[in-house]
Amino acid sequence: MADVKKIATRESYGNALAECGAKYPNLVVLDADLAGATKTGVFKKAFPDRHIDCGIAECNMTGIAAGLATCGKVPFISSFAMFAAGRNFEQVRNSIGYPHLNVKIGATHAGITVGEDGATHQCNEDIALMRTIPGMTVIVPADDVEAKAAVEAAINYNGPVYLRFGRAAVPVINDTPEYKFEIGKGVVLKEGKDVTIIATGTCVSGALEAAEKLAADGIDAEVINIHTIKPLDNDLVLASAKKTGKVVTAEEHSVIGGLGSAVCDLLSEKQPTKVCKIGMNDVFGESGTAGGLLEKYGLDGNGIYAKVKAFVQE
Amino acid sequence: MNKLELAKMANEVRKGIVTAVHSAKAGHPGGSLSAADMFTYLYFEEMNIDPKNPKMENRDRFVLSKGHTAPGLYSALANRGYFPVEDLKTLRKLGSYLQGHPCMQETPGVDMSSGSLGQGLSAAVGMALAAKMDNKDYRVYCLCGDGEIQEGQIWEASMFAGHRKLDNLVVIVDNNGLQIDGKVEDVCSPYPIDKKFEAFNFHTININGNDMDEIAAAMKEARETKGMPTAIIMKTVKGKGVSFMENNAGWHGKAPSDEEYAIAMADLEKIGEELGGAN
Ligand SMILES: Cc1ncc(C[n+]2csc(CCOP(=O)(O)OP(=O)(O)O)c2C)c(N)n1
Ligand SMILES: [Mg+2]
Repeated sequence: MADVKKIATRESYGNALAECGAKYPNLVVLDADLAGATKTGVFKKAFPDRHIDCGIAECNMTGIAAGLATCGKVPFISSFAMFAAGRNFEQVRNSIGYPHLNVKIGATHAGITVGEDGATHQCNEDIALMRTIPGMTVIVPADDVEAKAAVEAAINYNGPVYLRFGRAAVPVINDTPEYKFEIGKGVVLKEGKDVTIIATGTCVSGALEAAEKLAADGIDAEVINIHTIKPLDNDLVLASAKKTGKVVTAEEHSVIGGLGSAVCDLLSEKQPTKVCKIGMNDVFGESGTAGGLLEKYGLDGNGIYAKVKAFVQE
Repeated sequence: MNKLELAKMANEVRKGIVTAVHSAKAGHPGGSLSAADMFTYLYFEEMNIDPKNPKMENRDRFVLSKGHTAPGLYSALANRGYFPVEDLKTLRKLGSYLQGHPCMQETPGVDMSSGSLGQGLSAAVGMALAAKMDNKDYRVYCLCGDGEIQEGQIWEASMFAGHRKLDNLVVIVDNNGLQIDGKVEDVCSPYPIDKKFEAFNFHTININGNDMDEIAAAMKEARETKGMPTAIIMKTVKGKGVSFMENNAGWHGKAPSDEEYAIAMADLEKIGEELGGAN
């Protein structure tokens, strides 16, 4: 994957909003002094009257969005995942989730690829938090194409959606004419019979890379991109687990409560299967480059490859 | 309605509060009763609403940021005709559309779910902002507790409302002086309340919130205030109208026993008689 195009999904987020602005007059975007970083500045420039900077007050931003939604607007609130889901958890739960309001949460800078800012800004808990809220849809796009499609799908869906974007540039892997995004529908990127790798977000390209290396070792891995953590594509996960009998999950998130847990929740009930969860192993991140951190915590192609290989050979 | 009719209606609203909380064997009578005159004024006089069409697009909105006083809101809504007064007795019961705290999906007339203190004002600000963005002239009213304003989010919302000059927003603070753990000034004083809102670029009005004339005058002044939101700080008596509940923090969140209920209703009947019987 040496010379593939790389774009950060937060860029895709800002661009998608700007592109959707004309088509969806009710779309409004809220920020908390991070419009530059969340890339919603692109929307702000194109539609200044529909961009609302709330200042550094994420909880208030969330409530304002709730109020706007009751009046027919389709608000996107934007901040770092740490604040959009963490600081805000109870506001999202009570002011958006409970009344099932049509608010979209655009959470950028998720996971350790935040990089140099370090642990205070690296949110590895947001999927877990958001997934527990009844009626909340949780989407983690893998690349630019998917991120943009997810934004428009979220606009067209009536209800709360949590969208998780990254800071660091990631390879564009879905740039194909057949690509189609549907909320709740996973995508088989590579068929295989020996082991299933279910990945989300940043880890999807790493999973593909790992599958190539595994193939060289004679291990035929199936790679599934689960962009929607909730509702999970149960049928796809169950069918693949049944076929391969071994499941690995890979996510730039804690192994507690995220994709891995969602998959285990399903499999333990419907199709008991041995699962290896790749993610942050109940630890905080640290400062470093995005690439250096992915490598250190075993979330890049090599890390996923090594874990899957050991798991298959257990 | 004239002042006397409003006062009588407020008394009916109080009866509904006490009846609902007694039936539920739980709930928050104190802060419901202190604000009963305000609930009544808003729903019977001030707001542009239609009980037959609770979702009317250009209606005025009300957010009960101090959501625990849902019995006060429900009683006003019921008496206004959104749903049968008799249903107040289903408060907090399994399957009832009258949840312990306001739920906009369940209850006709409830514009925003609330109950977690500090959050409602932000939603009200969002509604007021939507009206401005769409050039609509509906107004938004939000009732907060004097304990509730210890929450930081209230001041985030106030800073934003002042900054955006949301003159279609009226924040009402029920200054009944009490919260769960005692007097607000003993727990963590919010005073001076008016000066705080002023500092956030609000027009402020101090009134006796158990006086219909003063409420009416303040609402008129709020309507006439342009270029800034209004905060009405209303001094009230917590538990107002029920002798043994008045100014007693113990009646913040407790239901009366059967005997206490009888005394409470007798107190309110007497007030009603003094006002000159039923409307
Ligand atoms: C965030 C939050 N913290 C705590 C509570 C529990 N609680 C319910 S009512 C209340 C006291 C409210 O006092 P005040 O705002 O003065 O209300 P009032 O006197 O009008 O009843 C508290 C602490 C809550 N509902 N929400
Ligand atoms: Mg109080």
